Amino acid sequence: MNTSRDRDVRNGRAQKRGQVQDRVRDQGQGRGRGQEQGQSRPSWWELGLTEAEYREIVEILGREPNWTELGMFSVMWSEHCSYKHSRPYLKLFPTQGSRILIGPGENAGVIRLDERWAVVMKCESHNHPVAVEPYQGAATGVGGIVRDILAMGARPVAILDSLRFGPPDDPRSRFLFQGVVSGIAGYGNCIGVPTVGGEVYFDEAYASNPLCNVMCVGLVEIDRIARARASEVGSPVFLVGASTGRDGIHGATFASQELGEDSEASRPNVQVGDPFMEKLAIETCLELVERGYVIGIQDMGAAGITSSCAETAARAGTGIEIDLDKVPLRESGMTPYEIMLSESQERMLVIGKSGRENEIAEVCRRWGIGCALIGRVTDDGMLTVKRGEIIEARVPAKALAEQVPVVLSRESRPSYIDEEWSRDPVSLLGAKPGPSLLAELASAGKTRSGKARCEPEGEPGEPEKEPEEEKDLPRFSRDLLKCLSSPTIADKAWVYSQYDHMVQNNTAVLPGAGDAAVLRVKGTGKAIALTMDGNGRYAYLDPEMGGAIAVAEAARNVVSTGAEPVAITNCLNFPNPEKGETMWQFSRVVRGMALACEILGTPVTGGNVSFYNETLGKPVYPTPVVGMLGIIHDVKQRLSSGFVREGDIVALIGPLDGRGASLGGSEYLKVKTGLVTGKPPQIDLDVEKRVQRTCLRAAQSGLLHSAHDCSEGGLAVTLAECCMLGRPGSRGAEISLRSPKSAPERPVKEEDADEPWFVESLLFGEAQSRIVVTLHPDDMPALSEIGRTEGAPVTAIGRVTADGLWVNIDGFTVIMVSTAKMEEAWRGRFDDKAMSRKPGQGPYSD
Amino acid sequence: MKFGIVVFPGSNCDQDCYYAIRDILGCDVDYIWHTVTDLRGFDCIILPGGFSYGDYLRTGAIARFSPVMKAVKDFADGGGLVLGICNGFQILLEAGFLPGAMLRNKGLRFLCKYVHLRVENNKNPFTCLFEEHEVIRMPIAHFDGNYYADSRTIEALEARGGVVFRYSDEKGGIAPETNPNGSVGNIAAVINEAGNVLGMMPHPERCVEELLGGEDGRRLFESIVSWFSGRRGVGS
Repeated sequence: MNTSRDRDVRNGRAQKRGQVQDRVRDQGQGRGRGQEQGQSRPSWWELGLTEAEYREIVEILGREPNWTELGMFSVMWSEHCSYKHSRPYLKLFPTQGSRILIGPGENAGVIRLDERWAVVMKCESHNHPVAVEPYQGAATGVGGIVRDILAMGARPVAILDSLRFGPPDDPRSRFLFQGVVSGIAGYGNCIGVPTVGGEVYFDEAYASNPLCNVMCVGLVEIDRIARARASEVGSPVFLVGASTGRDGIHGATFASQELGEDSEASRPNVQVGDPFMEKLAIETCLELVERGYVIGIQDMGAAGITSSCAETAARAGTGIEIDLDKVPLRESGMTPYEIMLSESQERMLVIGKSGRENEIAEVCRRWGIGCALIGRVTDDGMLTVKRGEIIEARVPAKALAEQVPVVLSRESRPSYIDEEWSRDPVSLLGAKPGPSLLAELASAGKTRSGKARCEPEGEPGEPEKEPEEEKDLPRFSRDLLKCLSSPTIADKAWVYSQYDHMVQNNTAVLPGAGDAAVLRVKGTGKAIALTMDGNGRYAYLDPEMGGAIAVAEAARNVVSTGAEPVAITNCLNFPNPEKGETMWQFSRVVRGMALACEILGTPVTGGNVSFYNETLGKPVYPTPVVGMLGIIHDVKQRLSSGFVREGDIVALIGPLDGRGASLGGSEYLKVKTGLVTGKPPQIDLDVEKRVQRTCLRAAQSGLLHSAHDCSEGGLAVTLAECCMLGRPGSRGAEISLRSPKSAPERPVKEEDADEPWFVESLLFGEAQSRIVVTLHPDDMPALSEIGRTEGAPVTAIGRVTADGLWVNIDGFTVIMVSTAKMEEAWRGRFDDKAMSRKPGQGPYSD
Repeated sequence: MKFGIVVFPGSNCDQDCYYAIRDILGCDVDYIWHTVTDLRGFDCIILPGGFSYGDYLRTGAIARFSPVMKAVKDFADGGGLVLGICNGFQILLEAGFLPGAMLRNKGLRFLCKYVHLRVENNKNPFTCLFEEHEVIRMPIAHFDGNYYADSRTIEALEARGGVVFRYSDEKGGIAPETNPNGSVGNIAAVINEAGNVLGMMPHPERCVEELLGGEDGRRLFESIVSWFSGRRGVGS
């Protein structure tokens, strides 16, 4: 196929239609650059296609493609654009729901908020660009997802980001971390969309392949929702925004390969962002939509003009003919191939209404933004690319957008699973069963016994004074401080204070203050709660559980702000899909997520799959990241995490779990032993649902003063955070836990009654389905009643105090530490001082 | 009275100001496109926050050449009230309405958070409803808010009471630790000699409701309205 025979290849379909005059120009099809140098690498190979795919293309066209056409197929059929490995699996996701107006398949999902308004959301990964150029990689990640929301005709109102890096004491990881945060800030702040939430995890698994997932949320009036469809034949096709340059050519193909030693050389594949242009594009497009000039609109993201034209035409069953001479170019001498594949940022494809050409141009002119009429919608189903009179490419739009041959993957169970599961976290930690440990601590005089203080009517006694020296603190206080300063748990104010999180005047729960960001929707009395969540360690150790937990935890987070979880979007970050182990992980993560979405009633409205997240054979953890939308029906009932009133009851909704199993894959295990191993916490989705319903009903009845879900670091870290985030005068707690044995109502299932329990698990275990809430003592019976009717355990575990966290188990003090000391550990990890210190010095080297 | 909010390409707090004035204060307000040259009918012009022209080159450096700025100059010279917030303050500095310049924040990063401010001067249209030395809370959100001027300029500014807000702690203490961005003398807001042009880095439009964490910004806008109605009362 590499011989340059047949210089006048005719388009197969055009011939059938008798349009023999339409000849596609030969550009030396089949001749690869390698081959010119005497090597035998065919052009399709160079562009990342397989031989089977190439044959399919020849079959579709009825001839061999030219170089431009081959390039167009190669990006559109890349994993990044086509989902050819993941598509069959994604069908498992539930996508229907009473609130879902538009599900997967469009630029973003649309969820009904009320009669008038809808919420638009989507998230996307930008992992590969970030690995080679963190600032621009992250910035253009923000830009791309914002344009996806814009393409629905919605005003972008919030950005969230979920980030994964190697440990921050590794210089490279720290460089990437700082670069990504400044990139998100530099772009997001400028376009005036608040960055309101997200998460940052640090683990060796992401050292050479960081993850950067960005979510954007928009608001649109339901009758103004725009679609990415080129639906009316003859309509003008505009390119609005920046001019087209050579940046980012083959970005999509780059994103569909493993990174290697020479990936730095791929830096030219990373696009450069211009947030000012984006801001203008936002205002221009919203005005065009509002004035009713628009039939269809689509972002030019991966694969640029090729994808936006092919997809809008394919969705509408039409064709598009464009003239490359009309495309404003940034540099001279660009070939059709380069123009069609350029991923220059800040460009939108606008299918205008016929007869409105002048008005559209006028709006663009007023905003000072480029606007070029590049073509028309046709009825022939073809994407026809001309340069003047010469046809440079002519391909069925549907073939590009939808006919990629699905890759049937082989799955194989990775051998590491059995190995990891065989490791017992309890023995790795050297943990002793609870009763013997408490007895030992008591006899060593390191703690004192006192009466249990969990009953609301119990008389709170004088807490003993905290010891001066850290070494004299009760042992688990030191463990708590260690957990609080672990990079994954530590306060992220250094990150989110670099983001403008207040612009647009809607942020009713600020970053860091609650389990999810809360934005009021002006004029409705309602609010939306947004979060991004995903624990890669769990998914690595038990993919199906990890998938389910990612959804459940995201839902629990929005519930903890008083919101009803309604829908998700997601990013699935995985290693190389050509490996059976990856697809085994993938299929199970998807299954777990699908099940959790089904049970919790949160359909999937779209998302993104990012494969090939491995560098030099080192894969990342399979990392599902869930973006969750919740709705608060009355914004005044929103909740934050911190304690608000001294004397409030601290209650736990969900099981008090002391079983050793909850330490598998935990942050505590990692902090203490450096290991990510064991069987991770398991989730009972039925219990999860009951717990969430209890919390939500209590919040909606106005019973709760605060709520915070238990996640990394377990109950102890959750309580510590509630103290540190508390209002002045209510920044402490006195907690009395009962060992599972002495509890009147068995918190664990009957069959586990004789299972040993561990102090470590009670404090730091990451058992699921748990929320710490506070409420007025008078309201405790009402909360218990809700728990009873919903079938979720509710236990009063202590009281809010002015300062300091004091935890005892069966009367034995296990934690006693001042709030100031906790803050020092928690806030000090990423403050200015720590971040300006050279890597390897100071707190990172411990 | 009528407020006007200038919209430069890249302004992004224009709609927030509009919301604060129309929906919270219930006042008359209109947007003013940056090419407009006639400001008749307006009583107070707001240059809002954002990234005018992307803040490429230097913050406010391009916006000062916008056609509207000549009109704003005439408006101010005629005694009209001009309030520059964040990027608006930066533009006022670049355009020479106010003395001094902005440097990058001392930590070399963007900073968005609530800060405490001490009211240094309440004898002007913008802060007349605050007590002198009252401590208030407002959010900041900027990369270039490190106010700088040479010592003679600062002395003159201080001597005439040109400093309106200073970054402080919750008790009104002024110290390097309470200075988020490195500004000389913890200066957060500056007023011109005539007392009708105020530039401030904090965002009053972001704290006009308890729901969003505070109402001190609302009192700033109410000051303007109150001052204006008082003056009109006296004049007529």
